[in-house]
Amino acid sequence: MLYIKCPHCGMRPQTEFSYGGDASVKRPELNKDISDQEWDDFVYNRKSLRGKHLELWQHISGCRQWIKVERDTSTHEIFRTFRADEEVA
Amino acid sequence: MQKYSIFNLVKNAFSNHENWDLAWKDPTPKEEYDVVIIGGGGHGLATAYYLAKEHKITKVAIIEKGWIGGGNVGRNTTIIRSNYMHDENGLFSEFGMDLWRKMSQDLNYNVMFSPRGIINLAHSDAQMNAYARRGNSMRLNGIDAVLLNREQVKEIIPMADFSENVRFPIFGGLMQPSAGTARHDAVAWGYARQADSMGVDIIQNCEVIGFDVSAGKINGIRTSRGNIKAKKVGLCVAGSTNILAEKLNMTLPIETHLLQACVSEPVKPVLDNVVTFGAGHFYVSQSDKGEMVMGGDLDGYNSYAQRGNLPTLQHVLTEGIAMMPFLSKLKMLRTWGGIMDMSMDGSPIIDKTHIEGLYLNCGWCYGGFKATPASGWTFAHTIAQDRVHELNAGYGLNRFSTGHLIDEKGLGTKTWIS
Repeated sequence: MLYIKCPHCGMRPQTEFSYGGDASVKRPELNKDISDQEWDDFVYNRKSLRGKHLELWQHISGCRQWIKVERDTSTHEIFRTFRADEEVA
Repeated sequence: MQKYSIFNLVKNAFSNHENWDLAWKDPTPKEEYDVVIIGGGGHGLATAYYLAKEHKITKVAIIEKGWIGGGNVGRNTTIIRSNYMHDENGLFSEFGMDLWRKMSQDLNYNVMFSPRGIINLAHSDAQMNAYARRGNSMRLNGIDAVLLNREQVKEIIPMADFSENVRFPIFGGLMQPSAGTARHDAVAWGYARQADSMGVDIIQNCEVIGFDVSAGKINGIRTSRGNIKAKKVGLCVAGSTNILAEKLNMTLPIETHLLQACVSEPVKPVLDNVVTFGAGHFYVSQSDKGEMVMGGDLDGYNSYAQRGNLPTLQHVLTEGIAMMPFLSKLKMLRTWGGIMDMSMDGSPIIDKTHIEGLYLNCGWCYGGFKATPASGWTFAHTIAQDRVHELNAGYGLNRFSTGHLIDEKGLGTKTWIS
């Protein structure tokens, strides 16, 4: 069982959360010319890093907020968690 | 190469079976090869075998970081099937079914192919309609499919829960009688032995650390055992695809996820077929040793760990017990995990890349094992001829940007949702 520290509710078991994927993916800006390649990168292409991975989770059986989680994809260790609107350096 | 036969078995009995040839050698890497296959799993070994057998290319090396057959070909639940609706998947997999049927003779290695049939259970009228449609599509492609009603399913698997007041009553099912299982390790070893005998170098404990690419063309690879020149390089590394792609500055429509499986203690024969639960994601078959072999959902987050978490296992087995309540009485013998190359439309990629001489084979999701012979055969063709075969023409890498997805599973881009 993973334990994820929700920035709003504190430490909770993974079963309260649902996964939302790579948090570094950015939607192309509106009102700009967007190439097919940019759309392709946004919709389909993923780095799928081994090691530290910043990802989205939703506390779906708790406060229902989206959060960001910095987790190691090879050890499952969770380093830090952030609110969804926090910028992560 | 020594043929495995009753005569050789008897002959070697006189010397206490101490003089059998090694099944494959342990060569040191040569300086240069015509083709280097990265990944000594089922697909990589099959690719090397068909390169040698079908295309007479024998200056081939398989580079494996660990030992051959130690990844997903040794971790799967051994199911072989071609019950797909879409032409690309159906025709590709049915071609593979033909290779499975001949495999033990072809490889002179008993892969214990057991065409025991697979039944996908339906739990609503709508699901029966969907299965009828899929079954019809399969039959149009020459694949056997039988739509079973509730009574027919009950005759085949009476141990399933047929009581009236269950949450997901069994309405019927779609059966592919020619589907089945095979001994997964034997598949890897059989391909390895034959490939080795035709001159392929199987190089184990050799990690790829980089690629030598210049002017858009591949010249070789850098490994933990030195540099190896190669005219052509094929990637067959399943869950590790993204790690190697990063070294090539490629970003792929693939995410690596964790999938668990488990076996129970062995029991007397009770289940003749492979059965899948239609209201969730659970499948079960019984091994020749009597263990119930079970699996289901991904753990649901990106992972390279090859070991899973209990909440997913509990969820999967809850579905299993809903389908076959007797499973709750069994003790669990082993659980394990493997890392899957989950593609964004649930279908694989076998294609050339933008780098000349570099070929890609990945995106097998839950279904890599059954595809082993067809994947190796078409990938060998793609590498040898430098063009895709019509069987894997639908598995192009650019289908994501052109919109020609194979939407077999209807997953969208959330590969972890099932």
